[in-house]
Amino acid sequence: MKKDLISITDYSKEEYLRILELAAFFELNPNQNLLNGKVVASLFFEPSTRTRLSFETAISRLGGRVIGFADAGSSSVTKGETLHDTIRMISNYADLIVMRHPLEGAARYAAEIASVPVINAGDGANQHPTQTLLDMYSILKTQGTLDNLNIFMVGDLKYGRTVHSLLMAMSDFENPIFNFIAPDELLMPDEYKMHLREKGIRYFEHREFTDIISAADIIYMTRVQKERFSDPIEYEKVKNIYILRDRMLKNTKPNVRVLHPLPRVNEIHTDVDRNEKAYYFDQALNGVFTREAIIAHTLNLI
Amino acid sequence: MEENVKKKLKVSAIKDGTVIDHIPAQNLFKVISILRLDHIDNQITFGTNLESYKLGSKAIIKVSDKFFEDDEINKIALIAPHAKLNIIRNYAVTEKKEVEIPAEIRGIVRCFNPRCITNNEAITTRFAVISKSPIALKCHYCEKITDQEHLQIQ
Ligand SMILES: [Zn+2]
Repeated sequence: MKKDLISITDYSKEEYLRILELAAFFELNPNQNLLNGKVVASLFFEPSTRTRLSFETAISRLGGRVIGFADAGSSSVTKGETLHDTIRMISNYADLIVMRHPLEGAARYAAEIASVPVINAGDGANQHPTQTLLDMYSILKTQGTLDNLNIFMVGDLKYGRTVHSLLMAMSDFENPIFNFIAPDELLMPDEYKMHLREKGIRYFEHREFTDIISAADIIYMTRVQKERFSDPIEYEKVKNIYILRDRMLKNTKPNVRVLHPLPRVNEIHTDVDRNEKAYYFDQALNGVFTREAIIAHTLNLI
Repeated sequence: MEENVKKKLKVSAIKDGTVIDHIPAQNLFKVISILRLDHIDNQITFGTNLESYKLGSKAIIKVSDKFFEDDEINKIALIAPHAKLNIIRNYAVTEKKEVEIPAEIRGIVRCFNPRCITNNEAITTRFAVISKSPIALKCHYCEKITDQEHLQIQ
């Protein structure tokens, strides 16, 4: 059976650990000839330069060739071809499909049609599992463990798919504590809180972004996006509350690291960038090693 | 006695087959279509807008020489949750059955999420039933939950 990666929960805890172990290997030895003679289709039905370049770098470092498109405008999709037909065709050409699509569930559907494995590089607001694995790798690298961590999530916890997936994945490890900081309009959805209660995991909810972060091991920042608000006045009220500034990190633990899936708008002040606790740019680089690991695992190359 | 005769006249009796009773009247044609009764040659009689204590107005379907598999009949559970089946052999009821919401639903229901791939391409929907009452269906594709309030039959 082919191994797709569509949702983070497609992987077991053992697979998370396997990917993280492989990512560490590729960090030390990034250039490998494992994909020699193989073709990877990189299908970006909506543009995402950051994710696409990260994947294509990972494929190149593994010695593979890339075919595909960077946005739907340059593909047959604009001529009205269905996703079904595009995937059927590409399956004949490539050994692996990496795809990003604006519609939710598109990756799961493509995996059902494709005869080769599919890696989801984001399907609308639904899933982006390679982001989660690179977040986990960043946490492991900076903390030395995935157990007993106090994880603060800040900003848009309602629509932010990265925080949902990270919560699901980290809840498989020992004794995490979650702290959610969000405005009333953007609270962590009940289904995730219910998941934590079922697993007996402690979590706390806060409206205010204050010195409570002194307990944090990880501060995971997200964007508060204007288009999420039905009332623009509500957005104006909260947009400047959830901004991390350098002085707020003064009394935090020495091991704490600030993560952000990028790109940021204004939620992390640029004065944080020079702080050694800022990790978001290194986090992005970890994406290449993690994606090399995911590709190698998916195709059983190692 | 006279009352009894009247009742029988409404929908005539069958020798062998299945009687599906307590269908909400407004969903009769959806039941017919889900069970594909419009695609078989069996004799079928139905009555609708019949009085019912429970449903206000109910429908009943009698299909001659047809005995449904559980999987097949459970497909109507979402739109006729109180439906009762009488299995008839030689004019007598030999078995009674109730419908049950299955663990997985394919087709029938629309995903409420307009951004879901199933609402944008010709795909049979697929849901895991995460709660039966009130109903909550998790889409296999977009992973969003369609609840009772947003339930729409295709
Ligand atoms: Zn859906």
